[in-house]
Parts: sequence; structure tokens; C-alpha cells
Amino acid sequence: MKEELDILIIDDEQVVIDSIKRICDINNYKVDFALDAESALLKINQKIFRIIISDIMMPGMDGFQFLNELRNKNIDTPVVITSGYSTIENAVRSLYSGALDFIPKPFSFDEIVSVIKRCIKYGELTDPSTKNTTSIVHVPCPVKYYRLGYSCWVNELNDGSVNIGATDIFIKTLENIRTVEFLENDTMINQAEPIVKLIAEDGTINQLYSAVSGRIIESNQKILSDITLLEKDPYFAGWLYRIIPGQLDLEMSMLTPCSSDR
Amino acid sequence: MKGLNEIGIYKRIGLKLTIVVSFTAVVIIGVYSYFNIKSQNDVLLSEVERHANQLSETVKNSTRYSMLFNEREQIQETIMTIGKDPTIYDVRILNKEGMIIYSRKQDEIGQMLDKKAESCYACHAENKPLEKLSMKDRTRIFKLHPDSTRIMGIVNPIYNEKSCWQSDCHAHSKEATVLGVLDVSISLQAIDKQLQENQMRVFLFAIVSVISIGLIIGLFVKKWIDKPVKELVNATNEVALGNLNYAITDLGNDELGYLAKSFNKMISRLDETRLQLVQSDKMASLGRLAAGVAHEINNPLTGVLTYSSFLLKRTKDNPQMQEDLNVIVRETMRSREIVKGLLDFARQSTPKKHQVDINEVIKRAISVVNNQLKYSRINLSTELNEKIPKVIADANQIQQVCLNLLLNSIDAIGTEGGSIDIKTNLTSLPPKGNTQIKSAVCLKNHNLIYKEFKIGGLPSIQLKIKSNGVEGFMNLDPVYGNNRHFFGINLSKNSSISLNCPTCDISLIDKNEKCPECGGPVYKITIPNQGYLAGCASFNDNWQKWEFIDLGGDRQFVEIKIKDSGCGIPQENISKLFEPFFSTKGQKGTGLGLAIVWGIIDNHNGTIDVESEVGKGTTFSIKLPLV
Repeated sequence: MKEELDILIIDDEQVVIDSIKRICDINNYKVDFALDAESALLKINQKIFRIIISDIMMPGMDGFQFLNELRNKNIDTPVVITSGYSTIENAVRSLYSGALDFIPKPFSFDEIVSVIKRCIKYGELTDPSTKNTTSIVHVPCPVKYYRLGYSCWVNELNDGSVNIGATDIFIKTLENIRTVEFLENDTMINQAEPIVKLIAEDGTINQLYSAVSGRIIESNQKILSDITLLEKDPYFAGWLYRIIPGQLDLEMSMLTPCSSDR
Repeated sequence: MKGLNEIGIYKRIGLKLTIVVSFTAVVIIGVYSYFNIKSQNDVLLSEVERHANQLSETVKNSTRYSMLFNEREQIQETIMTIGKDPTIYDVRILNKEGMIIYSRKQDEIGQMLDKKAESCYACHAENKPLEKLSMKDRTRIFKLHPDSTRIMGIVNPIYNEKSCWQSDCHAHSKEATVLGVLDVSISLQAIDKQLQENQMRVFLFAIVSVISIGLIIGLFVKKWIDKPVKELVNATNEVALGNLNYAITDLGNDELGYLAKSFNKMISRLDETRLQLVQSDKMASLGRLAAGVAHEINNPLTGVLTYSSFLLKRTKDNPQMQEDLNVIVRETMRSREIVKGLLDFARQSTPKKHQVDINEVIKRAISVVNNQLKYSRINLSTELNEKIPKVIADANQIQQVCLNLLLNSIDAIGTEGGSIDIKTNLTSLPPKGNTQIKSAVCLKNHNLIYKEFKIGGLPSIQLKIKSNGVEGFMNLDPVYGNNRHFFGINLSKNSSISLNCPTCDISLIDKNEKCPECGGPVYKITIPNQGYLAGCASFNDNWQKWEFIDLGGDRQFVEIKIKDSGCGIPQENISKLFEPFFSTKGQKGTGLGLAIVWGIIDNHNGTIDVESEVGKGTTFSIKLPLV
């Protein structure tokens, strides 16, 4: 019987590992760590982890190669990528490569806790062994839609603008959203930039990363009056923003078509 | 690199060309002379021939009477007398059997000549019967021995006639056709001498021609090829040594002049590319540095931020400690933003240019800061000219420029409230006051642009100045016609000023020109590939002239003016304004905002100017060219 742990931390900096460990201890998560991706893979063979938090720049195998290695080995443990070189490109690439979330360094206590909670929840939701016991109804992403990682979807409208919103699974990883904070209209946003703050019942602040860049022309004010729209109809009535995209063609290459989900 | 002097003399174009042309000249002169002398020879000989024939006829006629009367002494006497002429070598009469009967040389008389001898051969060749002979057949040219002069002999047959056989002596029968032969030989010494002299003259002529051809070709090769080639080699050597400001002075309008011009063009392009390369290299290394810094700093910051925010959660009952911890968290968050800014700066990519409506871009930039304007009680007024044409530009970058400038203005106004005016306009500007002098050299091609001293944020033109025995440096305004010069020494009025190149000390005063406004001296500075910049060197007035640019006429720009009523910028800071990491905001800024602005505008071939007065406000004007 393999030992079951909550979190595997991979980072070549001891202080980062210590920081995350400290936070996890408070929340009673069982944690193991590795200083590079190769030894992390060995640990994954020996033990079962609920989620993995990995750095990008490490000696030897880097974070992206590590994600590839996991995919090749059919390991579907949710991965959070974190990096000190927190560029938009790294964020996009992490999410495109299969990471569940990206969190730039340095992060605060609340930021990392909300990400950990969300990922553990995601693991529970998608774990086939628990599927039967929980009564979730999975709402599939419509065929014509595209998504950035698992969190944000985009749908091209006829007039050249696009709608973006949060995927069903992203909403379900949050426990009872209490507040939604939108950005102002006319704000210029970049791909993989946080666009909406979703504050859950437990106080965690969760950021959704935009699937595309462009200018916000409208936010869905109906959500503010009826927050359950997000959960009930995430792909239609629960849209978040209407955006005039900046460089959709270019950014499409980093998006996953929802048709590939079936 | 080999110098030109190391090329062997026999390998030089000049000599090769001279040899080829001289050889051709020699061949032409030779062929011409050969035919010329030959025809001269023929003419002279036929003249002599005619003369000899005449002489021979004269002898024949003058002896005719004596012959009829068989007065032999008389005949001999006549021949002797005629033969005294120095050009006449011999006069003799032979009878039919070939015996010399009369001769100028008396010892010959009585000798028998073989019929095959020269004088007889013409008639007796191949035993032909004697007949009338042409002049040509009757003459012969011979030498007695190889070293002697040439001699022309002419034989004149004495034909039988009625009076001969009817005369009293009855010496000849009626049947004989030819009674004898008069043989006159004339020395060709005089002709030969003349021909020899002619040959000599032709030879001399050939030598003189070859020498003068060589000299003339050499001279022009030196002027047209050697000098320009030397200048070109010199220029390539200069460039090889890294002096990309070197420009070849005008080499005329021939092929080499054209080569020099395209060389200059190439070098200036090379220089531009190099500058761009240096800039992008700088950016790239800054990017690497930023990446390294970000990675290295963000890790320890993670420790600080997580632990401090964690402590913040755990000490909710200790307000004193909360306050302190909040400072740590807040400042760490700020460090995070600074590092992020550094990363954004390093990521500046090449602009993606399209047709851009500048007004639209400005409106978008304003919408971003609208809240902040309200908060800071700033009254924003816009005067956007709707008629301005679209500009080829990167909309995002131009928006960033406007945003950075607006944020600066908001910061400069502070919390007391104020106003910001944004104007756009289409301006058509004369070159004066709007053209930056990007390169300038002295007559010896030394660079005069001095990047360390900037006027209006642009590298100035540095010159050595001497006035009243005091020596120092002065910096000319790099904007044509702006005249915001800086003088390193005190100029006393009406004293003579000398301006020199700081590198080679060559004078920059053009003695042939006078300032049209004050009559004072004029300085003249070479602008590589773009003519000359001239200006009043007494600095009593602001006369400046740059003909090359003036001829181009007015240029059209879209102008964006952002004017604020903020605190203003002290004069000493204006020159450093656009340099990376220069900041007056202390801990609040990264010092990259205006450096990014400058980089973007420069990338768009535009200009940015700043005017400011401390306490009154600042105006940034951006001009983007309509291509």
C-alpha cells in the first residue's frame, strides 16, 4: 500500500519549500518535497500525492519538461506551477502544458492557500473513485469554445468581439462564491492576466486568468445580482466579460479547443 | 590589411594601362611609319629614275652628232664632262658585244661585260631578243659591295636608225636593231641619307609620343583613379578600425564617385544597424539581467511574503504587531511590482505596426486613468483634431506612451488637484527646429556628436572653442535651427572666436563665407551624406543654414501634446529624463517609464520634446511622422 500524502513541493530553493510547508502545516496538509524534478518523479512512483506544486526553473529537468513527463506517464495529479520569472508567456505556457494553475512568486499566504484548496478540490472532483459518491453534474464545455488550461473559456461572437467566462470545473472547485469583483470597462487585459476576483465562502480570493488579451467592453452585471448564474449556466448566461480581442489569431495557438474534451 | 604602397609598382593599374596604351601607340606609329617611309622611298626613287633617264637621254642626244661623224674623242670628252657631276657614279657606252667603248672611268674602256652582268641582264635575260624596254626594266639598284652606298643604273639602248647606216663611216649595218647601250649610274647616297634621317625622325617621334602618352595617362590615372582609390582604401581601413562615422568626401560624378557615394550610404546604414544592434543587445542583456534578478529576488521574497502574511494571520490580537507586519507585507508587495515592471521593460518587443487612429489610442489611454484623475481632482481637457490621418504605428506601444506620460502628469500634480490638456494636431513643419542632427564630422571626418552632453535630451555636437585666449568646449544644439547652445567658457562681446574639432584641432570656420545677418564669421560642419550645416560663429544672432534639409521642404507630423499643471522638472534633470533608471519619484518609481517612452517613439522615427518650468508645469510633445 502506497503512502498517501496531500502535497508534493518541487523547488530548488529551500526557503520556498519551507514557506509552503509552513502554510500547509497550519492547514494540516501532509507534505513532501523534492529539490529537483527527477527526484520528484521518483517520489511520485513511491507515494500518492493529491496535488503537486512545481517551480519552472530548476537544475536539470524544468517545470515544463516535468509536466510533459507526467503526461507521458499518464499521471493526472493536478499540478500548480509557480515561478519567480513570472512572465505572461510562462503563465500561458504552463496552463497550456497541462498545469491546473499558475501562481507567480512571491505569493502571500492567502494566495497560495486558495490555490491549494482549489486544486485539491479539483482532484476530488475528477478522481474516478470518488465520482460515484459525490453528486456532481458535469456541464460540458460547448464544442465551439476554446479554453486556457482548465479555468477560462472564450467564445467568438459574430461581431468580432468574444465572450469569456469561467469553466464549470473551475466554478465547482470553489465552495459557494459569495462575491464577484469585475474590472472596469475599457481596461486593457493580457492573456493569462487575472481578470476577476471570486471570493468564496471560506474567505479565499480566487483569480481567474483571461484566455485572451484585449479591451473589456462589457461585464456581466446580472452575475452581481444572481451569483448562482455562474454555477448554473457557466457557458451561456454565466459569461463574465465581452472583450474586443487584441490578437486572437496569435493567442489561439495557446488555447485548447473544447471539442477535444469529448 | 595591405596598404596601397605595398602593391608592387609593376602591378599598378596606372603602369599597366600606360604600357598597354604605349604598346598600341608604338604599333600604330610603326605601321604608319613603315608605309610612310616606303612610299617616300618610292617617290624619291622614281624621281631619281626620271632624273637619270633624262640625264641618259641628254647624254644620248649630246653625243648623237659626234657619233654620226664618228668623233670618238668628242664623245669621250662629252661623257667625261657630264660625268663630273658628284651624284653621277658612272656614264658609259657599251657596244652590242658588251665591250665598254666610252666611260667616265677611262680604265674601264675596252673591258668586256658579261651579258649576265647587271646592266645587261634586263635585255638579255632568258636570251630574249632586244626590244623596247619599259623604264622599270631599264633601271636597277645595286651595291658594289655590301657597305657601299646604293647606286641606281639606267640603261638606254641606242637603236639603229637610218642616219646611222647611211653615215660615212658605215660602221653599222642596216639590219642591226640595237647598236649599243648607254649606261648611266647615279649614286643614291643623298636619298639614302634623307630616308635615314626620316627614319630617325619617326623613331624620335615614336619615343616622344610614348613618353608623353605615359605621362598624360599616368597623370590622369593618378587624378581619376589613384586618388579616389586611395581615399576608398583609406575609408575601408577606417571602417575596419571601427570608425563608422567616416564619410568619403565628394569624389566627383564618375563611377568611382558613385562608388564612394554608395560606400557612404552603406556605412551610414551599417552605423544605424550597429546602433540598433547595440540597443537591442543592451535590451537583451537587460532582459537577461531582469530575468536573473526576478528569479533570484522573487524566491527570497516568497519567504518574506509568506512568513509575514502568515504572521499577520496569527497575530490578529496584537494590533501593534499587525501594524508592523502590514508594512512588511505592503513593501514586499511593492518589491514584487517593481520586479514585474523590470520584466515588462525587458520584454519590449519590436513594434507591430498598423494604421492607427491616434485619437482612439489616446481615448483608450485616458479611460484607463479616468478613475485616478477623478481621485486626484484633475481636470482633463482634450482637444483632439478629428481630421488627423491615421499613422503607421503600434497601437499598444503608443497607448503605453500616452499612459506613461499621463501617469507622470498625475504624479507631478499630486493631491492638490490641477489640470491636464491633451491636444492632437496635424502639423506640417519646416525642417528648422524639427530636424535632429544625428551625425556630424569635421573636415578630417572626426565624429563631433557627443553623447555624454545632451541638449533637449539629444546628444549634442561638441566643439573646441577659443575666445580671448580662453579655451574650452561648447555644445551646439543638435536640433537644426534651435540654437540652444551651451558654452563652456564665457564669451566676451566682439572678441574673435575660433571653433575647432576636439579630436584633430582642425578649424571649423569657413573663411569664404560671412554670416548674412551680422557679417561675422561662419562655421561649417559636415553632416555625412547630407551636406553641410553652416551657422553664425560669432553667436550674435541665430543664423543657421542646412541646405540639404531645407531643400527637402516641410514634413508632416501628427503631434500629441500632453500639458500638465504639475510641479515641473528642474532644468538639470531634463537632459537625464529619458535615461533608464533615472527617477525623481524616489521609492515610488523604477526609472523606466520615460526610457520606455523614448524607446518607443524612437522606434517609430518620431521625436519627443519636453518643455518644463518648475512650479508651473510640463509639456511633452510627441511628433509621429506621416510616411
